[in-house]
Amino acid sequence: MKRKSIIPGFGISFGLTITILSLVVLIPLCSLVVYAAKLSPSEFLYTVTRPRVLSGYYVSISTAFVASIVNAVMGLILAWVLVRYEFPGKRFLDGIIELPFALPTAVAGISLTHMTTTNGWIGKIFYDAFGIRIAYTRLGITIALIFIGIPFVVRSVQPVLEKIDIQCEEAAFMLGADRKTCFRKVIFPEILPALISGFTLAFARCIGEYGSVVFIAGNTPYETEIAPLLIMAQLQEFDYSAATSIALVMLLIAFVILSINALLQSSVAKRVNGKS
Amino acid sequence: MEIRKNNGPLKWILIVISFLFLTIFLLLPLIYILSTAFRQGIGAYLVSISDEYTIKAAMLTIKATLWAVAVNTILGISAAWCLTKFAFRGKKILSTFIDLPVTVSPIIAGLIYVLTFGRQSDLYPILDDMGIQIIFAVPGIVLATIFVTFPFISRELIPVLTAQGTDEEEAAALMGAGTFTIFRKVTFPHIKWALLYGIVLCTARAMGEFGAVSVLSGHLRGKTNTLPLYIELLYQGYDFTGAFAASSILVLMAIIILILRLVLEKKGKKELDIKK
Repeated sequence: MKRKSIIPGFGISFGLTITILSLVVLIPLCSLVVYAAKLSPSEFLYTVTRPRVLSGYYVSISTAFVASIVNAVMGLILAWVLVRYEFPGKRFLDGIIELPFALPTAVAGISLTHMTTTNGWIGKIFYDAFGIRIAYTRLGITIALIFIGIPFVVRSVQPVLEKIDIQCEEAAFMLGADRKTCFRKVIFPEILPALISGFTLAFARCIGEYGSVVFIAGNTPYETEIAPLLIMAQLQEFDYSAATSIALVMLLIAFVILSINALLQSSVAKRVNGKS
Repeated sequence: MEIRKNNGPLKWILIVISFLFLTIFLLLPLIYILSTAFRQGIGAYLVSISDEYTIKAAMLTIKATLWAVAVNTILGISAAWCLTKFAFRGKKILSTFIDLPVTVSPIIAGLIYVLTFGRQSDLYPILDDMGIQIIFAVPGIVLATIFVTFPFISRELIPVLTAQGTDEEEAAALMGAGTFTIFRKVTFPHIKWALLYGIVLCTARAMGEFGAVSVLSGHLRGKTNTLPLYIELLYQGYDFTGAFAASSILVLMAIIILILRLVLEKKGKKELDIKK
């Protein structure tokens, strides 16, 4: 099992790790697998293809996708500003980016909702001026997800941007590239893998997000009902097989997204390093 | 140097976009929470905040957070120790399983515990005989909190221990030091800032967890309501002052966590620089 090492403590550290891991993660996960194996395939298919469930997946995926695209663009700008420019308030800007990690999602949820109803600070402006409702619509869900996803792209692009060697840019300028070409051909390919992985992490997180979304969504069936809420509804009716079926599809979606990211990472790495 | 420094209006446009984006999405909700909490005056705020159920909910949140930090610290240290100091088969799988809980939607995290310990499970009669109730009770809340913060501490420790290598521990072991002496005198000084940093991140997530805890809580006022769940209850009962007052406690915690994070990150970086 293990190669000889002079350092003691393998037994105790390995034992503790496996014990805690089993109790908290492995046994509960096994029970999900065992329970899922008992589901009949026809019942499973019936549950996950009900129009209401399909629309739940659609709402979750589409809003998470739009929010993650917005965060990819804004994350790139924020990372760029934080790495390349000096300006007053920079440390403050850098510090508050992590707020969505530190602020409980339910707190973010109620405050975003209360702000964007047609009587709220922001909601009133949009409703009076453009007739746009934010809270209790898909737009509202997207806004909550943008809030949740802000740190992912910034924190994945920032370190890569910091490490880019100035010589590469100098060489490009010497060869006659202007600023735009330099960004497109030299800097962008360098940060693309980090951008993709930040986007994917945000996307995966947003699809499963519950706390911040459940308040602002309004939860109208077929309109603003997200997939995690459907699981919650089935659980409250003690319909565990339906809840498990919906959850399995969500796990599958998350798995596919993370695998696509892994594939993209290796193909981008190949192209950049020129190895095949 | 010239290449990066000379940047005309674009620089300021990007900086203004960044400030606007973060002000609207991050600062405005914070200001909104505080202003709504105090809207009916400081007296109403103090009444809401010292409400019996708010205090009970806060105590439960603290309890769950302490459990999560304690368990995940033990797990984090032992996992980091056995993953970085030894070579063994199955290492990759072990670290994948430790990271798994954060990629799972919180609702699904709640679901797997319901499936494991719920009435339909094989474990239920055994636990029932022993008089142990897990779901819809405090142990379930604690378990869910541990689950959602599972890799937070090990993830901070592993990179530091990997960078540090095994030479020092090997030398100490050759000189006859035991496991705990080596850990206390050799390893611990290297990881103390990373450990604190991990604990801060773990605390932030643990005190704010909503989805998983919501599935497993019996939603009993004063018994199984954590602070975020109690906020939901108040909000849905249209007690906005109460909801935002309770939220303001969590906002304060979030701000403290952000500041601690910045300080610890700086300390950790300094430590690494000295080593280099």
